[in-house]
Amino acid sequence: MKSVYLDHAATTPLDPRVLKKMQPYFSDIFANPSSFHSPGLRAKEAVDEARKSIAVQLNAHADELVFCSGGTESDNLAILGTIRANRAKVKHVVTTAVEHHAVLEPLRHLERTGEIELTVLPVDKTGMVSVDDFETALRPETVLASVMYANNEIGTIQPIADIGRAILKWRKANKTPFPYFHSDACQAAGALALDVEKLHVDLFSLNGSKIYGPKGIGLLFVRRGVGIEPLVRGGGQERGLRSGTENVPGIVGLAAALEIAQAEKEKENARLTQLRDKLVEGFIKIPKTRLNGHPTERLPNNVNVSFMDIEGEAAVLYLDAQGIYCSTGSACASSSLDPSHVILATGVSYEAAHGSLRFTLGRSTKPADIDYVLKTIPGIVQKLRHMSPVNLDMRYFA
Amino acid sequence: MPSNPNIGDIVSRSGGQSWFYSDTVKDHFFNPRNFMRDESEYRDAAMGMVGSPACGDAMKVWISVDPITERITDCKWKTFGCGSAIASTSMMSVMVTENGGMTLEAARKLRPQDILARLGGLPARKIHCSVLGDKALRAAINDWYRRNGQPEKIEEEQGRVIDPETKVTDKDIEHAVLDGADTLEKIQAKLKVGVGHPECLPEVEQLIRFYREKYFGA
Repeated sequence: MKSVYLDHAATTPLDPRVLKKMQPYFSDIFANPSSFHSPGLRAKEAVDEARKSIAVQLNAHADELVFCSGGTESDNLAILGTIRANRAKVKHVVTTAVEHHAVLEPLRHLERTGEIELTVLPVDKTGMVSVDDFETALRPETVLASVMYANNEIGTIQPIADIGRAILKWRKANKTPFPYFHSDACQAAGALALDVEKLHVDLFSLNGSKIYGPKGIGLLFVRRGVGIEPLVRGGGQERGLRSGTENVPGIVGLAAALEIAQAEKEKENARLTQLRDKLVEGFIKIPKTRLNGHPTERLPNNVNVSFMDIEGEAAVLYLDAQGIYCSTGSACASSSLDPSHVILATGVSYEAAHGSLRFTLGRSTKPADIDYVLKTIPGIVQKLRHMSPVNLDMRYFA
Repeated sequence: MPSNPNIGDIVSRSGGQSWFYSDTVKDHFFNPRNFMRDESEYRDAAMGMVGSPACGDAMKVWISVDPITERITDCKWKTFGCGSAIASTSMMSVMVTENGGMTLEAARKLRPQDILARLGGLPARKIHCSVLGDKALRAAINDWYRRNGQPEKIEEEQGRVIDPETKVTDKDIEHAVLDGADTLEKIQAKLKVGVGHPECLPEVEQLIRFYREKYFGA
């Protein structure tokens, strides 16, 4: 059976070129980079080299990079680390309704424990936050702002540089170093420019598993001068911000994956955009189908659609049986019955949100795969609609 | 404690198993039995509907009944929902029509756990998807009695009122537990039970334990 993996936003396979670079660091150059002997030095050199390479990619200093276990830890460190290091009496944080749970959950936790006041900004129907809303939300006591670079579910790309400039202007006018600006770039790292100077970010989260790098490795850029506390204490690795023996193969792999992704992104983006648009075009020919997210300001590999009158999970299972692997934002498998918070935040009805499906393309995706999906999906949608007692009037779901 | 055990990226459906459901569920999902193909032929049949597409599950059930024996001769359905919802409605339609058909009295007593047993079980989080089919069936049975001049046999779905202020019943608690509210805190967030009448809380807690053991074995 044909096998078409269209869930690259969930995770990507490891690039063989990355694997090759990582290979020596499992059992050959295995020593602890902190050890004061030659094998340890070899491992330390590998980490240093990877750090320098990533610094170049981000237009950052090598001492501004903190390696950790992944995107979730990077987001948590950025949020909990800066909030806890800050001694102000009232701490206010601004974020958006479409952030990843790795950002929203630590923020909600801090709100529950009374450590912060939280403003969650709405997004428009394309999933985009407004820079004006953002400026209005800033207060003298705002210590942190966190906005994701590109959304994992609907692919919408936020105006990070514009928000960054608005924050710089605010700081200048109010003669304060706050708020710090954090952005989760885990989904964006394979497709968008990562220059921290042009984006005006102070904290920037990346990981390996979405860019054909290894799982279990993440990175937080922390601009010089930003006050931050560690979450993990111990031997004082990563300038005391993340203790624990360095994941040397992971770090080497992350650097290699980032280099490849950034070097190839223009060519790959053009290729994926073409395939993405072909898929969208084919999907919306099916009656009662809507595209979720932004028509153009979206990741080149992301397609998120709602097929009305059917439930997403049923469609995922039928597609799975045809060798097509995608995701749904519907929450039927979870204990909560609420569908995706991201889709709902764009103002889509519950009915449409329950029928949403995400297809995320990647390096392995070929034009023939798109043809296969487009050939397969109408029959599945038709069968499930035939089985469904629901026949919604689209006038109410524009 | 996280508010949702599946937070993170969009949730994977594979559950890490070879397949998420039993072979029987899979069979009924991919080859649904008795689903309604042409409603126009069933305009006069008794019908029941529960749920809504906004909450993620909706089911519609039609039955034909022999007026002499009061046995179900035909059962058709339509379901908006996930794999388990579709499979459990399909299985239910088989159970009420096999072996000459169930009598209406017996069909009324059909419980979600009977359907679950025939399906070879469902993942715990999916059990709430299987509780709507039998409700829709009972609504259809009531409709049949209504259409056939026996209104005295109509049994409205009701339970025992636990909290006189909110009118929350044991059935409400049962459904809330099936929907994943497994602690008093979560039940209260959903049903507001006992907020103005805390005397009923010990009984509410007992019911939560009872339904948790009944459906989830924990």
